[in-house]
Amino acid sequence: MILYLFYFLSFLVIMSALMVVFSKNPVHSVLYLVMAFFGIAGHYVLLNAQFLAAVHIIVYAGAIMVLFLFVIMLLNLNKETEPHKGNWLKLAATIASGLLLIILVGALKGADKIVSVNAFNGEVGLVKNLGKILFNDFLLPFEVSSILFLAAMVGAVMLGKKEIK
Amino acid sequence: MSAVQLVPINWYILLSAVLFTIGVLGVLFRRNAIIIFMCIEIMLNAVNLLLVAFSSYLSDGAGQVFVFFIMAVAAAEVAVGLAILIMIYRNNHSTDINVLNKLKW
Repeated sequence: MILYLFYFLSFLVIMSALMVVFSKNPVHSVLYLVMAFFGIAGHYVLLNAQFLAAVHIIVYAGAIMVLFLFVIMLLNLNKETEPHKGNWLKLAATIASGLLLIILVGALKGADKIVSVNAFNGEVGLVKNLGKILFNDFLLPFEVSSILFLAAMVGAVMLGKKEIK
Repeated sequence: MSAVQLVPINWYILLSAVLFTIGVLGVLFRRNAIIIFMCIEIMLNAVNLLLVAFSSYLSDGAGQVFVFFIMAVAAAEVAVGLAILIMIYRNNHSTDINVLNKLKW
């Protein structure tokens, strides 16, 4: 049952990721990307990472993709007349990424030999455990990320202004 | 029961590699800057998926906290990136990356 769910979610994620690349209309690309994100959230649930699944849906499908859709609608790009690269460049891109896939698979081949030092714990992805790790071991990076957000906010506002005097 | 006991880690590695490759393919394949941004998001998510898979297989929560931070950085990156994109559109009236060749040697 879980194995079939894994197959289905993987198929969904890969197909919708391919459709993001190959669909002509940018709005369709955004909608396929939302579908891929929901598939990845399903994978997180399968991997006992329930908290991350919820955060993933809220952040990606809820915030980032709305931002993408907003920009596409604002710039009025939802038409199919955008220029494409030449056929030779497309062929070169496909070959290059295929070679990259071969290299990645070859480089990660022995990764299943690792042995876990911890006993199996199915509750590692719950809020309680992750909160303990986040606020004990990763407290400083957590606070620094707020500075990152502040910088991003100031940068986005400055870039979005009409004239910078 | 969960996928951790039933699915070998190799399959998650393969899935992540394929997703990352699709992201790279999109960056090389398309000329629209917004689609290129979306493909960068796909690449980030491939890495996230692999981190969560290893974190679950090794029962170590630190990997999932890394993913949490990556999501925060991705949100900030998209906000700034889309602001830059809007500025490019305002100056060039297009999001075609082939227009942006002023710095090209």
